[in-house]
Amino acid sequence: MLSPLPPLKETPSQTAGPYVHIGMTPSLEGITSPNVKDLGSGPIQGTGPRITLTGRIFDGAAAPVSDAVVELWQADANGDHISAWGRVACDDTGTFVFDTVKPGRLAAPAGKLMAPHVTLWIVARGINVGLHTRLYFDDEADANGADFVLNKVLDSRQRKTLIATKSETGGKTTYTLDIRLQGDNETVFFDI
Amino acid sequence: MTTLPLIGEEGAFYQRDRAWHPPANTPGYKSTTLRAPRHALLSLAGQTKSELTGPTFNHSILNPLDNDLIRNFSQGGGEAIGQRMIVHGQVLDENVRPVRGTLVEFWQANAGGRYRHKLEGYQAALDPNFGGCGRAITDDNGCYYFRTIKPGAYPWPNGGNDWRPAHIHFSVFGHAFAQRLITQMYFEGDPMIWQDPIALSIPDRAAVEQLIAKLDRHNSTPMDALAYRFDIVLRGRRSTLFENRPEGN
Repeated sequence: MLSPLPPLKETPSQTAGPYVHIGMTPSLEGITSPNVKDLGSGPIQGTGPRITLTGRIFDGAAAPVSDAVVELWQADANGDHISAWGRVACDDTGTFVFDTVKPGRLAAPAGKLMAPHVTLWIVARGINVGLHTRLYFDDEADANGADFVLNKVLDSRQRKTLIATKSETGGKTTYTLDIRLQGDNETVFFDI
Repeated sequence: MTTLPLIGEEGAFYQRDRAWHPPANTPGYKSTTLRAPRHALLSLAGQTKSELTGPTFNHSILNPLDNDLIRNFSQGGGEAIGQRMIVHGQVLDENVRPVRGTLVEFWQANAGGRYRHKLEGYQAALDPNFGGCGRAITDDNGCYYFRTIKPGAYPWPNGGNDWRPAHIHFSVFGHAFAQRLITQMYFEGDPMIWQDPIALSIPDRAAVEQLIAKLDRHNSTPMDALAYRFDIVLRGRRSTLFENRPEGN
């Protein structure tokens, strides 16, 4: 296989800044447009059990990152196609919430399968290049144990930063995962 | 089952050149200090559907005025105040192939440099007819355009008296989550670019220059709007020399 060097350079990233909501969740700033809600808002559609994904984002001083915007990209329960995208702004406590479906397993290299997961992308003031991470599920221990991405994280304490904890309240299932940008229990972020 | 590519194999996105992007911690931009991960990013080495696919958007998400910031927040027919201009360009990948049908979002301050945002602390006045956001989907050549007013420079609480150069924020999706990009566009000839801690978070001057839109007199509209051209390059995928996928690579 031959391939010339890429002749163009990727446009460099810049921070989304503190006013990211104007462009990405404009209704929060009173900027509404007819017929169209904020893109990625509202329940994420797909096949599978309804779940809530939530967590808080903290900086290196354990302060909530209240200005962050988080995007989610995932498969539905069928797992063989990716279909669901969502976008939310964190609230004053740094909390993000997605109303979505639990994903199924997806193909991994070498004919293996990945454990169910969603991918998260985080932008905010002070983040120069958007941060990619994954959220896995703590009730998928066997699948998690065979997942090639989780197995790249050699330190088990670091691996835990990618695995959300299940809870049930009033018949609703919630998975919770806090994200720490820096410091103790710093979340694993990926160069994808 | 689809074969999933390793980095460097056919179908995989080229590795991101992290030296071309700003590092996570750039002390001149103080907000990065507590928000920069201390650990190295973990390379996935293999790309999966989670990275090789991404959301797609069709024209049903667009309103007719989404690419006209002069009128898309109009109150009772009024237009935004300021230097009228068209911003346009082509979204390409590193292989110089147009990125067709991709969503481009943009947001900016008004002509006085004031953002319509609850956290904004600058004294400049809000423009009642200017919201400051818009979106477009690239055409078959990867081209986008919108009409707006030139944003003003503005002060920000970084140093005691730091001012940001005029700029427009861009968000681009591409065709895969691996291509997701947020950046900022600056204006040709602005001396404030070279004293801006955010622009200078990018170490390579040539990379900063890639963010500077060029004045485009050709596409200016008489008695209406100047034009600036801003091309955007997303990551490209490796393919064989004989491959020519209609959707691009």
